[in-house]
Amino acid sequence: MRRLALAAALLILAALPLWASGTFYINIGSQILLYAVLALGINILVGYAGLVSLGHAGLLGIAAYTAARLLNGGHGHLVAVALALALTLAAAALFATLALRGSGSGIGFVMITLAIGQIVWGVAYRWISITNGDNGISIGARPSPLGLSLASPAHFYWATLVVFLAALGSMAILVASPFGASLRGTRDQPRRMAALGYHVWMIRFLAFLLSGLWSGVAGLLFLYYNQFVSPQAVALTASAEALLMVISGGSGTLLGPVVGAALVVVMKNVASAYIERWNFALGAIFVAIVVFMPEGLVPGATRLWRRAILQGTPRAAVAASGERPAR
Amino acid sequence: MSGRSTALAVEGLTKSFGGLLVTASVDLAVEEGERRLIIGPNGAGKTTLFNLVTGELRPDGGTVTLFGRDITRVPGRQRAHLGISRTYQIITLFPRETLLRNVTLSLLGRSPLRWSPLARLERQTALLGRAREALARVGLEHLAERPLSQTSYGERRRVEIAMALAQDPRILLLDEPFAGLSIEERRDVLHLVARIPRDVTIVMIEHDMDVALDFAERITVLHFGHVVVEGTRSEVVAHPRTREIYLGE
Repeated sequence: MRRLALAAALLILAALPLWASGTFYINIGSQILLYAVLALGINILVGYAGLVSLGHAGLLGIAAYTAARLLNGGHGHLVAVALALALTLAAAALFATLALRGSGSGIGFVMITLAIGQIVWGVAYRWISITNGDNGISIGARPSPLGLSLASPAHFYWATLVVFLAALGSMAILVASPFGASLRGTRDQPRRMAALGYHVWMIRFLAFLLSGLWSGVAGLLFLYYNQFVSPQAVALTASAEALLMVISGGSGTLLGPVVGAALVVVMKNVASAYIERWNFALGAIFVAIVVFMPEGLVPGATRLWRRAILQGTPRAAVAASGERPAR
Repeated sequence: MSGRSTALAVEGLTKSFGGLLVTASVDLAVEEGERRLIIGPNGAGKTTLFNLVTGELRPDGGTVTLFGRDITRVPGRQRAHLGISRTYQIITLFPRETLLRNVTLSLLGRSPLRWSPLARLERQTALLGRAREALARVGLEHLAERPLSQTSYGERRRVEIAMALAQDPRILLLDEPFAGLSIEERRDVLHLVARIPRDVTIVMIEHDMDVALDFAERITVLHFGHVVVEGTRSEVVAHPRTREIYLGE
């Protein structure tokens, strides 16, 4: 049943360029998937480590700017991608070292990631000789991995889908692994985890690196999708939007960040065509989510669904089956 | 007694919070396999002493020696690997997880497997088997799959002990294991502790002296951070200072 649903979802996603009418919707699909990769990366920290970051757009930006500079400097795509990811990892290591000082959690972590994100934005905006300031950097063309050109929206969508599935798959493996269990342990009881013999700081540091790596991957997708990067991509609003994707969809769940990314991207692009004050609508939706499903859309919908099913079953049948109603 | 070597030695251990001296040059020597009871009124510094021994707090002065090795500067997480396990007075378990997962986390803490991002935890049959064994030791294997949040207080106390025992400790620190339990539950936990083999040294903090008296071989009385009386059960019970401080007579 579960596998069937998974296969059906995969088929629908893969076939999107065939049934979606026009490039506009195919591009929306690509955007959802690339932001989902970013949200999945942030979810490692926010959902599983319990560390709220407001600076991840900075990591996305470092990857995008590095690749853009290298491509414009005449380097190939492979070199640009590899070096961009390496630099993003190095930056993530530095950010993590700073943000995990002291108690390494709570408000201090939020404030330091926010400050670091602002520094990256400042560099993007003001260090004109490197970043071209407000004008941003354009790149020539999308790559052609394995000889397949990604110039067309459909081809780019499929490439993004492959990267997205890799991110989702790696997340599923991580969550079910002993390291994933250790990470959630440090979220719930850091002191206890240390007493049990866990290196809490190192576990959080590694989670930050992994989170940074996927943010970098999202940055590369972002650059190739837009063929352009500007300070807007690394602004605080971008970090906050990504965080909202994770929280609205359901932090600490596999599919929550994906649903959250879809919600934000669709509101931004589709709803804005019909509703002039789409920002207001998005805000109202977030408020509604917080009020009715504080745990996020995915876990919230699951809860309501279970309740609906239980209510549909006659009480006598529940009692007869000997099962305890409602967990 | 002299034939046994010292498991845990604390010398001149001092800790203050601001102007409050919580641990005042405490000396303590617990022999291998011993059952030691630490008693004292509220605020005597009993739990602080445990926190200093496990490395959750850094002492202002003094040394902690474990089986002849000075561990004063060893980080807390490594002390677990050296054989110290503890339970908490205020229960600090993982409420969202099942009992089995709680004990599994304890086992993973001492296994290199905890770093693996690729293995599947569900398939670690050897590890999960040991976790079930640990739950069976405290009589909770039938609740293995139940989320901790759906268990009673008494059951959680036993999960605490299962987690500590799962780590195969050489020295076990029990911080008020009877607190908040009914009389029957206390008896169960006492039986449980009494069954722990002698190769594990046990130090137990208890606020209520009557419960744990039968368990102890030697008793240390703490008062305002000082060791006031130390000796065998009968010595301590008969000591006038004990009566004065502890029984309020």
